[in-house]
Amino acid sequence: MQKYLVRRFLLALVTLLSVSLIIFIMSRVSGDPRHIYLDDYSTQEDWDRMGVVLGLDKPYYQQYGIFLKGAVRGDFGISVREARPVTEVVLERAPATLMLGGVAFTFSLLVGVPLGILSAVKRGTMLDWFGKIVALIGQSAPPFWMGIMLMFFFAVKLGMVPPYGKQEWNSIILPAVTLGWYYAAANLRLVRSAMLDVLDSEYIKLARAKGVNSRTIILKHAFRNALIPPLTFAGVTIGALVTGSLVVETVFAWPGLGRLAIEALFAFDYPLLQGVVITFTLLYVTAAFLVDVLYAYIDPRIRYA
Amino acid sequence: MAADLSGIVIAPPTRRQKAAGIYRQFKRLPMLPVFILSLVVIAGVFAPLLAPHDPEKGELRERNIPPAWSNGTQAVKIVVQRLSINERTTSVTLSDAQKIDPNIQLGDQIEVYTRPAGSTKFLLGTDHLGRDVLSRVIYGARISLIVSIVTLAVGGTIGVTMGLMAGWYGGIVDEVLMRLVDIKLAIPLILIALVLVITLGQSLWIIVTVLCLFIWPRFARQVRGEVLQLKHMDYVALAKVSGASTARILFIHIFPGTINTLIVVATLQVGIVILLESTLSFLGAGVPPPTPAWGSMIADGRDKLAGGVWWISTFPGIAIMLTVMSLNLFGDWLRDTLDPRLRQLE
Amino acid sequence: MVTETRINTETVLTVEDLRTYFTTRWGTVKAVDGISFDLRRGETLGIVGESGCGKSVTMLSLMRLIPIPPGRIVSGKIILDGDDILQISEQEMARIRGSKIALIIQDPMTSLNPVFSIGNQVEEAIKIHQDIPKRSVTAKALEMLRKVNIPAAESRMKDYPHQMSGGMRQRVVGAIGISCQPQVLIADEPTTSLDVTIQAQYLKLLKDIQRDDNLSIIFITHDFGIVAKMCDRVAVMYAGRIVEHGSVRDIFNNPSHPYTEALLASVPKMDRDVDRLYSIEGQPPPLHDLPVGCAFANRCPVVMDKCLEQYPDSMAVADGHVASCWKLE
Repeated sequence: MQKYLVRRFLLALVTLLSVSLIIFIMSRVSGDPRHIYLDDYSTQEDWDRMGVVLGLDKPYYQQYGIFLKGAVRGDFGISVREARPVTEVVLERAPATLMLGGVAFTFSLLVGVPLGILSAVKRGTMLDWFGKIVALIGQSAPPFWMGIMLMFFFAVKLGMVPPYGKQEWNSIILPAVTLGWYYAAANLRLVRSAMLDVLDSEYIKLARAKGVNSRTIILKHAFRNALIPPLTFAGVTIGALVTGSLVVETVFAWPGLGRLAIEALFAFDYPLLQGVVITFTLLYVTAAFLVDVLYAYIDPRIRYA
Repeated sequence: MAADLSGIVIAPPTRRQKAAGIYRQFKRLPMLPVFILSLVVIAGVFAPLLAPHDPEKGELRERNIPPAWSNGTQAVKIVVQRLSINERTTSVTLSDAQKIDPNIQLGDQIEVYTRPAGSTKFLLGTDHLGRDVLSRVIYGARISLIVSIVTLAVGGTIGVTMGLMAGWYGGIVDEVLMRLVDIKLAIPLILIALVLVITLGQSLWIIVTVLCLFIWPRFARQVRGEVLQLKHMDYVALAKVSGASTARILFIHIFPGTINTLIVVATLQVGIVILLESTLSFLGAGVPPPTPAWGSMIADGRDKLAGGVWWISTFPGIAIMLTVMSLNLFGDWLRDTLDPRLRQLE
Repeated sequence: MVTETRINTETVLTVEDLRTYFTTRWGTVKAVDGISFDLRRGETLGIVGESGCGKSVTMLSLMRLIPIPPGRIVSGKIILDGDDILQISEQEMARIRGSKIALIIQDPMTSLNPVFSIGNQVEEAIKIHQDIPKRSVTAKALEMLRKVNIPAAESRMKDYPHQMSGGMRQRVVGAIGISCQPQVLIADEPTTSLDVTIQAQYLKLLKDIQRDDNLSIIFITHDFGIVAKMCDRVAVMYAGRIVEHGSVRDIFNNPSHPYTEALLASVPKMDRDVDRLYSIEGQPPPLHDLPVGCAFANRCPVVMDKCLEQYPDSMAVADGHVASCWKLE
């Protein structure tokens, strides 16, 4: 168990390091960072002084060291657009994204897992077909389009929820559903096929022979085993929820990190963009690590490996 | 629970039954998806012949016309000299009103179209610049087709080569490659793609390059797995003994063994490429306007929805959904037919 | 061989004309097609036959665990303890499973749930059927594990299936089977996947438990060696039917159905040198397309015209020994 978690933890660190390196390379390739801080009226002296401040006079590997040192302390420099520390802006926006991601993730589990179980238990019935169609649409329709369509129907036509923003409590419904749908669909498929395999297994036969009733069979014996594949997939889910938040936050004007990233991008605010990308990666890595812990908890074969 | 028929002997299939089985497999060919995919390909290839209008030019006079089947909405409005902002929904200017009825007077009431009825000239309506939505959807198929084919060819080749090398040489090459695949999962790649497209410039070729970043690992991982199995085959050993070069062994002896798998992976990846390209277009980092890409058309129509103009976003979205759905269903069928082992994959 | 002294005449289970069919796309598969037998207290009945002859479906039918659809029990009676269990509701059946009639299945590697501890899985069976406090449940589970000779049972309670060997797991499955003192224990080839020494230990264990609890066992196997060691009576199945039925001694000394003879001839014998093992030519007929006459006719060395026309009645060979073959007529 400890060995497993230590390995996972190291892998998370390696991922973070590699992403920071990619970001550093990209920031240097995209041009001299002084161009974004200084305007046309600044003198050569300003230019040189700025170079010393940013450490641009040093060799690249030292520059990366400086970048890394700053990043560890949570210092990503000053946002060009907002003229204040990147960390401050990111921390301001992060809760909205965490909330949206959390609700969407919960939604994808609450819809995908029960529907997957029911589809497997009632294989070949109307319900199974309904589940198949939900999954097929979820995996084929682009999320941003789904978002727009949901917005048009539920907010514009029916006026049931606000079309965008984050003012009302129910503002989160549409973005969360849009974001969570694809993963609800994915979970449905995974749980369904895992459940079918599990229900066919010998240990379910034995449990039935023990006299366990059908409900306990499904909820206790089969459920926990059927959770393993979706949990394996959860790491990917969380990673992609981050990506999805870019699109969904843009569609619904949700003031989170995803929208911040797009704003920073089109304002050529590279320090801010770097901060957001690192934050996203950190979120992913943390969430994936938590999933690994949960995974080990559910599957004793990993816990004692 | 499925039937536990493990204990029941079913006679081995006769040759006739086998033939019937293959026939059944092909009979299960998903007709509708194949039909839709053919439509998309035909639309893409013959776009200039099929599109009723120029996809990039429109008359502003003819903007926001709804699809052919929708009726216009009419309302009674008061004729006034000049419109103030808060009177826009209840009043109409004298000059506009006189176009309908030259004898109209100030203060009169007149029935006007608040939205024109659809016309058969524009089957799916027009967008906010008066461009024909149908023509743009047809030309959009062309963009999706080009992007998918080029991305698949380039990304697939890179992925296959990497996979062959990783599987064959193993060791450090393999390790580095697999870590790259891991990292690909962890970084918000779409964000990096956006940064690349914005910094390097929005062109079809840059987009294709960026999309290749997304798809090569999938091919690499798959091919690597296959190579690991195939490289211990006798015929590979025989080729080695008879002095074939590594490149020859890899491409002549091993690569053909992976083709079935690759076809399946490629089909499923096309769906992903189309979704990604449309996402980039939607976020404003796709093929530059006015070229009609499905994703950017959806983005165009987004802020028109509040005014009830739903058709600009809806039709390209349906086009994406049907295409991707058909690809997935067709891919599933291919997988079941060519390579049932792959069923474990996403 | 086996003494018959301790068997009394009290019948615990009677099966009459049981038929279990499956609907498949090839047609109706008559997996079990009219079998009858009874089981007395404390005795072991062996059901033998090649794989696919309907042994396992018989076992599943007795537990009412046939997946419906595609399977269904078409007709027959299964009288356990005076009640026909084919007539009762699913809830009542769930109460009977594990308490009056229990099952030990083939594969020790997959028959335990990988995500629950051993203790948990043994306790579950006890909890379902016995209304006793939590602490007694644990104590009882421990007692059962000790009974099946699991060393260090107390610490093993917390282990998970993947931490145990195949033999140990099969003991756990056995402990679950006997945990509620069932009247009938169905053992479906419980030793096929164990190696020979472990197999012998396990069989001895089963015998000991049987003697202690006066348990009736239905032992499903294709191994005549095990039959000789374990069983009092034997039913030989072929293509969904019982073709011969009698005491172990009758079957071994006087096999009366050509199929039984062939099966016995294919058992390797320690005391005789043979160049090659006897094997039965041909394949059993597909169960969805059974011939009109005797199902064994196409492989039978002594086949007669009548065999192809009509299925043979069950005919008495001796007292308590019957076979279905026209040559006995």
